[in-house]
Amino acid sequence: MQGYIIKRIAIALLIIYVVLTVVFFVFRMGGADPVAIMLPPDATPRDQKVLTEKFGLDKSLPAQYWIFVKNAVHGDFGLSFKYSEPALTVLLERLPATIKLGLTAFCLAFCVGIPIGIISAVRRDSWIDRVGRVMALAGMSLPSFWVGMMLILFFGVSLRLLPISGSDTPLHYIMPAFCMSLYPIALFTRLSRSAMLDALKSEYVVMARIKGVPEVYVILLHALRNASITLVTVVFGVFGALILGSVVVETIFAWPGIGRLVMESYFGRDYPVVQIFVMFVTFIVVVMNLLVDIVYAYIDPRIRYQ
Amino acid sequence: MFAKLKKINGSSEERAGRIRLPYIGLTCLALFFLAVLFADFLAPYDPFAGNLGNQTLPPFWQEGGSVKNWLGTDMLGRDVLSRLIYGSRMSFLISLGCIAFYGTIGIVIGLISGFVGGKTDMFLMRLADFWISLPAIIVIFILASIRGPSAETLILAFGIMGWPGYARIVRGETLSLKQRDFIRLARVAGCGNLRIMFSHILPNIFNTIIILTTIDIGGIIVLTATMSFLGLGTQPPSCDWGLMLSEGRQYITYAWWLVAFPGIAIVIAVLGFNLTGDWIRELLDPKQKLR
Repeated sequence: MQGYIIKRIAIALLIIYVVLTVVFFVFRMGGADPVAIMLPPDATPRDQKVLTEKFGLDKSLPAQYWIFVKNAVHGDFGLSFKYSEPALTVLLERLPATIKLGLTAFCLAFCVGIPIGIISAVRRDSWIDRVGRVMALAGMSLPSFWVGMMLILFFGVSLRLLPISGSDTPLHYIMPAFCMSLYPIALFTRLSRSAMLDALKSEYVVMARIKGVPEVYVILLHALRNASITLVTVVFGVFGALILGSVVVETIFAWPGIGRLVMESYFGRDYPVVQIFVMFVTFIVVVMNLLVDIVYAYIDPRIRYQ
Repeated sequence: MFAKLKKINGSSEERAGRIRLPYIGLTCLALFFLAVLFADFLAPYDPFAGNLGNQTLPPFWQEGGSVKNWLGTDMLGRDVLSRLIYGSRMSFLISLGCIAFYGTIGIVIGLISGFVGGKTDMFLMRLADFWISLPAIIVIFILASIRGPSAETLILAFGIMGWPGYARIVRGETLSLKQRDFIRLARVAGCGNLRIMFSHILPNIFNTIIILTTIDIGGIIVLTATMSFLGLGTQPPSCDWGLMLSEGRQYITYAWWLVAFPGIAIVIAVLGFNLTGDWIRELLDPKQKLR
């Protein structure tokens, strides 16, 4: 078990390092010259030279790379061009708003999607199964940014019921959280339904039924417990979708989180902030994967003893 | 109890009954392909020709609208219906480009992984596990920073990111096909590895590839439209549904038709592919029938 975890951690670190290297070469060599971005058009060659030296851009490429990696380990990706503060600070200031919204959407998706998926599998072809299937189809087919704008149109512009931007009151959460949870709800419903159907079809469930185990126990103790292995992957795997969701939803509802920050930074060519966003997302995803692997080994002994 | 067991396994009539033609899906798909194929005949106006005298006209049933522009005009006086019809081509081309790109990578990696096996297989599948969890948006940020946002950048980004789904499934199929007698016979007859992979295994996984492609197109249409909406995809003055939504967004308070119709167009296309995809899957893949 220990060896398994150590191996996974090593792979996770390697992945972060590879992405870091890609980020360095892309942003250093990809035409994003910070000196040209920061200086006004009428700057003198002397100004250019001073700034170039300040950023260490006159050093050789390997030397620059070494400085970059060393700083990155300390979370230092340079100053944001726009805010003149460390990029990490800028990101961290905006992070709580994103986490609050993301968690709300995640909880909503979890509490709606998974129970509906499970009930759909147990009571197949009942009305709840039909509702679940329509919901899953809608979540997969409706673009969340369009749904967001339609919500603004109806509840914000026409009916004037809900605020259309900002994050001050609980009312502000309703539309963005709903919008962001659409796709995760669909994913949860679909996958928990199929995981549960697989479990219910299995021989151990048939066996339990033949033994005369009450149906409630068959579902909760025999089927659900085995289906939960698949559910873990699904639950953790939704984070990628949530990150894209936060970029989209925050842009539409003017939510002051990191998703909106990265779009502003990208269009304002504030590359240190874009870089730290890319690294931050990679870090989160790698940590999530690591957690899945560990939780997996914990709930499924077959993996532990491999 | 037996009734319950029977219900779970499903009788054969029940199963046959469940594979009905997806009328809604096929209708949506027909509409979409009509637009893609016959845009030049169907569109009443040139989608790029603006008319500043006709800015933001509402659809025909609203006051101020006329049957000259069924679905109204946008802020440059361009006909919304014509732009929607031409927009279908952009959606189709981009999503087809993405899938052709990552489908090819995925198929090749899946074939190699399943056929060669051993360490290669383990490495490629671990890579796929990781790859699938990386959000495509960070790759789009990186690529758009180097190349600038465009339709090609989108295709490249999704092309790089999308392969693991194909690779995993193709690998699974390859693994089971590898054991079959006709592969052994081919080997005895002197076929090389490449020949076996591409002319004996590949044709046999064609069904799977068709299923995957139909199911994927819907998702890709939504994703690419999202990117164009954010400004990371196609750029003005292209005719693209995502771009139309992003342009229309500023006028949302007084020109609702600029945000409503492009979204409906996306939903029609995506529903068409998703419903038809599910149907093809049930039809071609008996294992999935009960899902």
